[in-house]
Amino acid sequence: MAVKAIDTYEFEPADKAENFHGACVIYAGWDGHLLFSSPYAWPLPPDLPFAHFIAGPMAEIFGQHPDWAGIDWNSAVWTRNGEAFAPDMQASIAANGLSHKDALRFRTPGRDGLNGAGI
Amino acid sequence: MDMPVTKKKKLGLKERYALMTRGLGWEPSYQPIDDIFPMDRFEGIKIHDWDAWEDPFRLTMDAYWKYQAEKERKLYAIVDAFAQSNGHLTLSDARYINTVKLFVNGFAPLEYMSHRGFAHIGRQFRDVGPRVACMMQSLDEMRHSQTQIHAISNYNRYYSGMAEFRHHHDYLPYLQVPKSFFEDAATGGPFEFIVAIGFAFEYVLTNLVFVPFISGAAYNGDMGAMTFGFSAQSDEARHMTLGLEVIKFVLEQDPVNVPIVQKWLNKWTWRGVRLLTLVAMMQDYMLPKRVMSWAEAWEIYFEENCGALFRDLARYGIVMPPCVEQIRLERDHLSHIAWCHFYQARGTSDFHVWLPSKEDMDWLSAKYPDTFDRYYRPRYEYWAKCEAEGKPFEATAVPMQCQVCQIPMMFTEPGDPLTLCQRHADYKGEQYHFCSDHCRDIFEDEPEKFIQSKIAGHEVFKGNAFRPGTDPTAEGFNPAAEALAFFRIEHGRDNGLHNGSTDERNFALWRGLAKAND
Amino acid sequence: MSSTVFLALQANDDTRHVIDAIMADNPAASLDPQPAMVRITAPGTLVVRRETIEELVGRDFDLQELHVNMISLSGRVDETDDIFTLSWDR
Repeated sequence: MAVKAIDTYEFEPADKAENFHGACVIYAGWDGHLLFSSPYAWPLPPDLPFAHFIAGPMAEIFGQHPDWAGIDWNSAVWTRNGEAFAPDMQASIAANGLSHKDALRFRTPGRDGLNGAGI
Repeated sequence: MDMPVTKKKKLGLKERYALMTRGLGWEPSYQPIDDIFPMDRFEGIKIHDWDAWEDPFRLTMDAYWKYQAEKERKLYAIVDAFAQSNGHLTLSDARYINTVKLFVNGFAPLEYMSHRGFAHIGRQFRDVGPRVACMMQSLDEMRHSQTQIHAISNYNRYYSGMAEFRHHHDYLPYLQVPKSFFEDAATGGPFEFIVAIGFAFEYVLTNLVFVPFISGAAYNGDMGAMTFGFSAQSDEARHMTLGLEVIKFVLEQDPVNVPIVQKWLNKWTWRGVRLLTLVAMMQDYMLPKRVMSWAEAWEIYFEENCGALFRDLARYGIVMPPCVEQIRLERDHLSHIAWCHFYQARGTSDFHVWLPSKEDMDWLSAKYPDTFDRYYRPRYEYWAKCEAEGKPFEATAVPMQCQVCQIPMMFTEPGDPLTLCQRHADYKGEQYHFCSDHCRDIFEDEPEKFIQSKIAGHEVFKGNAFRPGTDPTAEGFNPAAEALAFFRIEHGRDNGLHNGSTDERNFALWRGLAKAND
Repeated sequence: MSSTVFLALQANDDTRHVIDAIMADNPAASLDPQPAMVRITAPGTLVVRRETIEELVGRDFDLQELHVNMISLSGRVDETDDIFTLSWDR
């Protein structure tokens, strides 16, 4: 709906891709691991290989969980903005079709949090 | 001694009120009234008879000055006595001071924003009745802001995290939640502002902040906070009455107003409750000596109080906002979700955090039998193990945030406490994420407003959280350290764990000195 | 069902007799003492009468003096020189 206002009310989105100096904001959250209170956000170079995203920024945070080491990434289940998503590990963020402010979530079957309790 | 007394007949309250409010107004003769008051119609609210509005307290300016002056005298007597006697050393525990930090950074600046908001709308209503009431409220809010800052300045002399409260309120990520709440209200029209603040802020929120929490402050030995809190809340009683009276007045004026008011009540109930997350956490985790749990306070001040209000408004066709169903499901989770988040995001906070002790956790499981042991205790026990091993768990990455409430996306699906909730919307080729259906609904009602949100994490990524002259291309540039410098957080002093902090050490040292002769 | 109204007052020397007066005038009210304050709740309606307070404090009392020690309330307010009423009933 239009905002009721005393004059024309139109604005540029504050977080358009071009405001991020060439980076693309990607969010990722690890389902079943509530030790991490929320998904996190990273400004990524679009040519970053997906595997490097996992091994670099994601590992830095999620690596604190005992479930992280030795995840079988072939069995991980991903969604992108709520829809199924199958990343190509070697391809870049852009080549995987990811765009600015996409929200990824992943599940790691068999690794379901501390004592398998989702935490 | 016999003195001849000629007692003048005093005017009654109703007559005094009429003379000192409506009697002060006048009909404009050479300018159209719509030009003088251009802001009180664009929201679509129709008012036919402004005279039907009356301040239920019938407070006039002369009485206002008299009683406010009395409140100030009482307040400063206590604040001074507390400071003069080193009252901070009589607190229950040094951890308590962190609630004071949260208060001055998160809440006192809102009082100031409220002062500005009421000064603004006090100019916008065409009737003198609400204008006088808004002017008094504007003055009250200024007083609250000043007395809170003044009382807390005594803590700032000794402890960290308070000196930059103004800058922190403007820029520190977690404080963008309260700030953006008020900016949303202040950029609405005058009717939305008064519904938002009079209802969500005063009636729902301040009751929960000032009553159980300030009573808790008293219980923890903080006479300073107790006195400014109760002194402020004595005004809030008048403010919430004003807010509710305006709602009732607007609903009675024209049926076309009902759906507009309902929409605002839906929106601001949800926005208020999201903001209360911080208060829930203070209540359950940050008061070393506890008065009542968040859930218990909630029952009294939300369920009972808002229940009564909505039963009262039912005659106009107003119903309980739909978000209340989710609010009830979240009641026993809210404070735990928040503390788990602040524990791990402690690097960018201006107060200290700690893990609940075994005794604390037993209290929490007794108060939250359905949720604490199953969902939250395992996290704290694991983190305690990490701390004991010298490798404390910390999330240094930037959290994903909701586009509307700006809170990190830490809330779980209603009825499913192990799955984080996420909602999504597209608008003009851009995508947006939300913590809940209700924040998404608020966005979809006014997308053009919320695409302007300054999302704290994004501001860092865009390079807006660096000091002027910073060169992000320089060799060895450390964006996290630079952002902290911009936020004016001294790493290791203002942020981090309470255990081992300078505040903890100093409190113990000074308290020891206060009890001995050398 | 009638909703609960309440009046929360600071617990101090000024309010001691006010609280007594309110409790005397409202047989259905209940008193809930909390640290530094009291909360008086009542089903539907609660009244504060100037005369009752004046009898107990032994001086003239202006009901607006309540503002100084009032912490919070719930219910619709109606105030005159003689009586301050909180009510959800119509």
